[in-house]
Amino acid sequence: MTRKQRRMTIIGGSLAVLALAAALVLNALRDSIVFFSTPTMVAEKHVAPGKRFRLGGLVQPGSLQRGDNLAVTFEVADGNAKLPVAYKGILPDLFREGQGVVAEGALDANGVFKADTVLAKHDETYMPKDVADALKKQGHWKDDYGGKPSGSDKTSDAGKPATTAQGNPQGAVR
Amino acid sequence: MIAESGHYALVLALGLALIQSVVPLIGVRLRDAALMNVARSTALAQLLFVVASFIALVMLHVNSDFSVANVYENSHSMKPLLYKITGVWGNHEGSMLLWVSILALFGGLVAAFGNNLPLSLCAHVLAVQAWIASAFYLFILVTSNPFLRIANPPIEGRDLNPVLQDIGLAVHPPMLYLGYVGFSISFSFAIAALMEGRIDAAWARWVRPWTLMAWIFLTLGIAMGSYWAYYELGWGGWWFWDPVENASLMPWLSGTALLHSALVMEKRNALKVWTILLSILTFSLSLLGTFLVRSGVITSVHAFATDPTRGVFILLILCLFIGGSLSLFAGRATSLKQGGLFAPISREGALVLNNLLLTVACAVVLFGTLYPLAMEMLADFKMSVGAPFYNLTFAPLFALLLLAVPFGPMLAWKRGDLLGVTQRLLAAGVAGLVAVAITWGWATGGSTLAPLAIGLGVFVIAGAVTDIVERTGLVRLPFATVLHRARGLPRSAWGTAFAHAGLGVALIGIVCETTWNSEHIATMKQNDVAQIAGFDVKLDGLLQRQGPNYREMIAQFNVSRDGQPVSVMTPSKRSFSTRGSSTTEAALLTRGASQLYISLGDANAEGAIAVRIYYKPMVLLIWWGPVLMAFGGVLSLSDRRLRVGAPKPARAKQRLQPAE
Repeated sequence: MTRKQRRMTIIGGSLAVLALAAALVLNALRDSIVFFSTPTMVAEKHVAPGKRFRLGGLVQPGSLQRGDNLAVTFEVADGNAKLPVAYKGILPDLFREGQGVVAEGALDANGVFKADTVLAKHDETYMPKDVADALKKQGHWKDDYGGKPSGSDKTSDAGKPATTAQGNPQGAVR
Repeated sequence: MIAESGHYALVLALGLALIQSVVPLIGVRLRDAALMNVARSTALAQLLFVVASFIALVMLHVNSDFSVANVYENSHSMKPLLYKITGVWGNHEGSMLLWVSILALFGGLVAAFGNNLPLSLCAHVLAVQAWIASAFYLFILVTSNPFLRIANPPIEGRDLNPVLQDIGLAVHPPMLYLGYVGFSISFSFAIAALMEGRIDAAWARWVRPWTLMAWIFLTLGIAMGSYWAYYELGWGGWWFWDPVENASLMPWLSGTALLHSALVMEKRNALKVWTILLSILTFSLSLLGTFLVRSGVITSVHAFATDPTRGVFILLILCLFIGGSLSLFAGRATSLKQGGLFAPISREGALVLNNLLLTVACAVVLFGTLYPLAMEMLADFKMSVGAPFYNLTFAPLFALLLLAVPFGPMLAWKRGDLLGVTQRLLAAGVAGLVAVAITWGWATGGSTLAPLAIGLGVFVIAGAVTDIVERTGLVRLPFATVLHRARGLPRSAWGTAFAHAGLGVALIGIVCETTWNSEHIATMKQNDVAQIAGFDVKLDGLLQRQGPNYREMIAQFNVSRDGQPVSVMTPSKRSFSTRGSSTTEAALLTRGASQLYISLGDANAEGAIAVRIYYKPMVLLIWWGPVLMAFGGVLSLSDRRLRVGAPKPARAKQRLQPAE
């Protein structure tokens, strides 16, 4: 093989791998991306049941009800709309009524949001950024929601995301 | 006084770094050896002053001097001594100081061990190091000074974030930074080579040990962080594809590619331009990681809002260094002469494939990390890119890579025999297929891909073993000869085998954990028994205990199997009054490579407590894999060919020569 042919082989190989990666990414973008919505956005857009998304808002005070076997229901509100949420599992340490929350899951046929993950950050003054932005946009932001910004929740390490309560990951005992 | 001395030492270090940035370069232009040598003395003096500054901050934390804002915000007089020390880098300002300390450490090491480097190369390298150092000293002094005093000192501090009060903080950030910052050396060498306009195999021989060292620390740092998240966050997750984690994974991917391409350059004098580009990219990704974590653009809600200067400053540093180095690369790369020829199917070809897959995988991670940010800024809608995305993109690319791994070391340089290698790998392939069959028949439930992935892991391990078996002549030759050969084998060959086998080990761990992980979540009262994976877990009772700066509720579990007592597990929940927050301390019971994992939720009024119990088969392999990889790296580093400052014997011949 000449130098040129060898170079072409390598360039061809590179392009093939790049094309493969691009195809994989485009395919993954179609259905593995999870969007963020507030209850108002859910009401406006008529999200189809079964479509996964992240729901953010404030836990409606007085709406938290604990059932048997760690089942909980609560409502997430954003000032304009409310959405009932059902979750089974242990809520994160900082889950509180009146505080911000982000839950991931999908609507069922009755319009109840079945969450399999509930997120809350390990800091009592924390308001999830997505929730704060959404509330600000709708004019429901109150300054005391976020608490005063503290320079103290910045961790130095790489691997400490928000605490997560994971409902039922794959492979649970059934 | 200590705070002021620390601050002053840092200012002096900045001064020295500025001298080191300019004087050696003037020396190179004037061909003045004395001026060039300034680089080495200033690098060592700079190290001295930064270490002094760092020690000053450590002392402030140990003495609980709450008149210093940084100590007040992150410490507490009742905190155990270990966490007073580790708390130094458990916050933004302190961790940036650790960052520059390690940068100065590497600069000092180059200065100390750079005796056999050509003087002008050494001067260039240290000058580039000093540019980076100056930028970050300025950043610390202008936007994040850890030595600021409070006018009216409070009596008590606000305590360190409880999640960080763990031995993990003592190990993980320093390791990670040694990795991140270690790549600055290969970056500086690359820039120096571009500035000098010449590069050859000897260059790669000088760069490789530094890259390897950084890579070892980064590997261990990532693994340690993952294990820490696993036991500290309380629900047994070990990797979240969180942007902050991706920020450490990306330099690891491109750093791994760099290690391999430097190998080609060292042995065959090929892939020069590519190696230079990878050096630049790897450190750029480290800087990007620092930006993502430190600016608060992703993790923290506040940083941009409260102190926009920080984010903007790091972004500026980022643009300056990445933009500057890439423009220099674009301008100068064409002047570097291409080296040795090779056929597509050869050791070089395999390493090119390795580089290709690693960099593309890295690009995919980069895309997944930045895409949500870009969409939020440009299109104003929010989304999250999580595990499902990476499972569909990163995983297939890595599977391809792993499939190719055993072939690489067995192919000959220049022109390889793929068919021959395939035949030699037949045994390994059969081992992999047998593993697939066994897992298929034995395991119940889970994805059909799982047995295939386990087979792939076994194939990678068996391939690494095959390589060693062939090189030592095990089976074919008498045992004494084999031993002799094994001793004579270059350490780097053993290193390769261990590192590659580590990949297989980690893959098996990951697949077993994600596929056959069993979970039991329930509220338990005293004497309740939970059954999981053949274990009976009985709740004996709850008790309260007072720790140094927290209260904790401990649950005692008796674990038995088939009526035989196995062990007692005591997970706990700690509440820290100063911060009003709590942490979950999981209890772990290790059986072989598998673990039983118990963490606690909230207790209710009737004395029942929410409990999460997991059985995670083979989970420890996830971290033994990286440890094996790092061990392989250490072996390779101890190879005499690669020892830092190695190329002495043929020194006269291998001086850098103009490529033209």
